[in-house]
Amino acid sequence: MSGAAQHWDEALAAGRLLLQRPVGGGAAVFPPREFAPGSGAALEWFEPSGRGTVYSVTWVQRRPPEAPYNVVLVDLAEGVRMMGRVEGVGEDGLQIGMAVTARIVAAGPDGAPLVVFDPLPEGTR
Amino acid sequence: MGDRFPRGRTAVAGAATFGLGEAPGFSTIELAARAVQGALADAGIALPEVDGLFIALPDDLFAGLSLAQYLGVHPRFTDNNRSGGASFMSHVVTAVMMLDAGYLDCAVIAYGSNQRSSGGRLSTPARSDRWEAPYAPLYPLSSYALAAARHMHQYGTTREQLAEVAVAARRWADTNPEAFAKGPLTIDDVLSARMISTPIGARDCCLVTDGAAALVLTRTDRARDLRRPPVPVLGAAAATWHNAISQSADLTVTAAAESGPRAMAMAGVTPAEIDVVQLYDAFTINTVLFLEDLGFCAKGEGGAFVSGGGIAPGGRLAVNTNGGGLSCCHPGMYGLFAMVEAVRQLRGEAANPIAGAELALAHGNGGTLSAQATVIFGSAATV
Repeated sequence: MSGAAQHWDEALAAGRLLLQRPVGGGAAVFPPREFAPGSGAALEWFEPSGRGTVYSVTWVQRRPPEAPYNVVLVDLAEGVRMMGRVEGVGEDGLQIGMAVTARIVAAGPDGAPLVVFDPLPEGTR
Repeated sequence: MGDRFPRGRTAVAGAATFGLGEAPGFSTIELAARAVQGALADAGIALPEVDGLFIALPDDLFAGLSLAQYLGVHPRFTDNNRSGGASFMSHVVTAVMMLDAGYLDCAVIAYGSNQRSSGGRLSTPARSDRWEAPYAPLYPLSSYALAAARHMHQYGTTREQLAEVAVAARRWADTNPEAFAKGPLTIDDVLSARMISTPIGARDCCLVTDGAAALVLTRTDRARDLRRPPVPVLGAAAATWHNAISQSADLTVTAAAESGPRAMAMAGVTPAEIDVVQLYDAFTINTVLFLEDLGFCAKGEGGAFVSGGGIAPGGRLAVNTNGGGLSCCHPGMYGLFAMVEAVRQLRGEAANPIAGAELALAHGNGGTLSAQATVIFGSAATV
């Protein structure tokens, strides 16, 4: 027995990105909740496709020689929005509307799992 | 039901600022207390008459208690609302209701910050939440950058149009003795300033200053017998749709689209009737978003609205006539300063007076385009 956020953390550590949705159907939910926001309906977990679209992007500048890094908002195909970053692209290669797919990486000094995104070839959704 | 508001039955009786710009050697509570002293003197009300305290401080989560202790008063009620820079507009909502109900007789709303002298950067206890923090967005700047990038993508808004907001603010500040940032500022200066988090550069950002402000509110019938012309509160509404920017359903629309129409409905006014507008301009995109959401122009047309000096002196609408957070002062939470300028305009004592102003709107923003609150003030003739 734990809160929804801890359950999500444990799944991510096991290599699974989870979302929630109301048991009787309805809009997907993220970040994890104890019940559906707005309605209070009971939620169940499911694994999304991981595919999404870049909704917005900013490049945070750093003092050279440190390179800028991106922070994006991604709309997953299942209808939720997540903050993230897109790997392996420069400022010219990252646009709003771009198709991306989620990947779980070990990030930070403690190797905590983190969701990042990779670009998908043009035309994929 | 909901939104029943005692239009015009309470009023600002006193207003003051203190230590705008740089106030080295002062603590936040000292600055706030000096502003309270100034506002009470302005109203001609003695300290022991204060029975409600409304305050948010950057560095003191128990600021309501601290201010009571510092002032040496025993308030019937303290309100330590923490909705960021919109806290003070929310304070107005609560204070008005409590005054009209007769629970309070004299409410003080106060703020003070020494962030420029003490650290030189935005002083806030707020942080990115655990769903955003691992991606290291600058808090709160990158959240506004994401909104600006989306607005540019969706509506073709340009960096030049955003720069117009900063240039207009500077032009108002140039003739305001109280303003901190003065002197030439061109569109090119804004565009060529150091980039921080695309598309927001250094000159798209509000100042980091010290400063304090305070308002004194009473019921209007009492305010009429005080030193200064009363400035009635005609409407006030707060709206909250999210906290983290990643949970905003649409980054191009803020909850100002709710708070504004609600406040204006309470006041019985339309955007076209408002004479002077004070918006919380933490970043240039804010002004564009709020002009749209509050109904001064259509969604997506904010960039065109501010172009060609649209909100500069002599433009189509008088916006941030003190120079705003971009060029007058930004001591961390700006909401109260926007209201002080609105009051000064309606009293005809602003540094850049708008002739014949009868209706003023002051809009506060808190968090990352999260909390929005709008207050409509009028002259005595509007009640």
